[in-house]
Amino acid sequence: MMDKSIVGKTGKPFSMPIEWGKVREFARAVRDPNPVYFDPDLAKKECGGIPIPVTFLQTSAFWQTAESMPPLDMFDLRRILHGEQEFEFFKPILVGDTLTGVARVADLYEKEGGRGGKMTFLVVETAYTNQRNEKVALARFVLVETGQAVGG
Amino acid sequence: MAAKLKFDAVKVGDAIPTITIENVARPDFVRYAGASGDFVPLHYDQTFVEAAGIPTVFAQGMWTAGCLSRCLTDFAGAGQVRRFKVRFARQVWPGDTLSCRGKVTAKSEANGEKLVEGDLEVVNQKGEATVKGVFRVAAA
Repeated sequence: MMDKSIVGKTGKPFSMPIEWGKVREFARAVRDPNPVYFDPDLAKKECGGIPIPVTFLQTSAFWQTAESMPPLDMFDLRRILHGEQEFEFFKPILVGDTLTGVARVADLYEKEGGRGGKMTFLVVETAYTNQRNEKVALARFVLVETGQAVGG
Repeated sequence: MAAKLKFDAVKVGDAIPTITIENVARPDFVRYAGASGDFVPLHYDQTFVEAAGIPTVFAQGMWTAGCLSRCLTDFAGAGQVRRFKVRFARQVWPGDTLSCRGKVTAKSEANGEKLVEGDLEVVNQKGEATVKGVFRVAAA
């Protein structure tokens, strides 16, 4: 049963420092050899500092807590799929920045699915500002709760 | 910022450079789990996945998306990406070889920036799309 009242609910703001070690590790993990992640002098010249890989904001998992996520207890985690992920960038994000993220339930809706039966879609948006209170990025993910277990 | 892309040199329909990810392997998923904080066991715990009736661990969707995003920074320069959106279509398995590729679908100007938009996809060795996406990058 869908409870639309969670739409608009936000989590507690969380802080996310952008660290060089984590940026390098992430770039290696996605097989990206771009020297801007590994050579601070080159990065300074090209980007004004060491930039983050495009999908690096996924590492907010290390900084978020249960309180910084909107309430999602209505979902059955065994039936959840990550359907979509989107990032929008408004200002540069560089190593040394400290971001503040606020996650919000943006939408909740149902669709008739195929063999999985009725599917529920949850859209969560996390807005990021930097230490100068500039809006730098928006991350949006869509979770899909299928009618039956994902492996079934 | 490091704009590598010249707006006037790009045409709608142009392909962006393809990146090939050879021989996807389990250590990729383990490394990505550690780097990203995504510790969903479907991606590294063989005992767990077998108990769930799945033959082997498979890639985090966001690992594949991360590999794909490099097409954009190679094409337009780091710091030039304005939008990156992906949809997960199919699992990526150990042993797969992936082609990350895309093409330009539109050019526009907004807020004083020259923007290039397009479609993206990651295709496996059987020609099946595993990730589909769209992008917007800033050009000079």
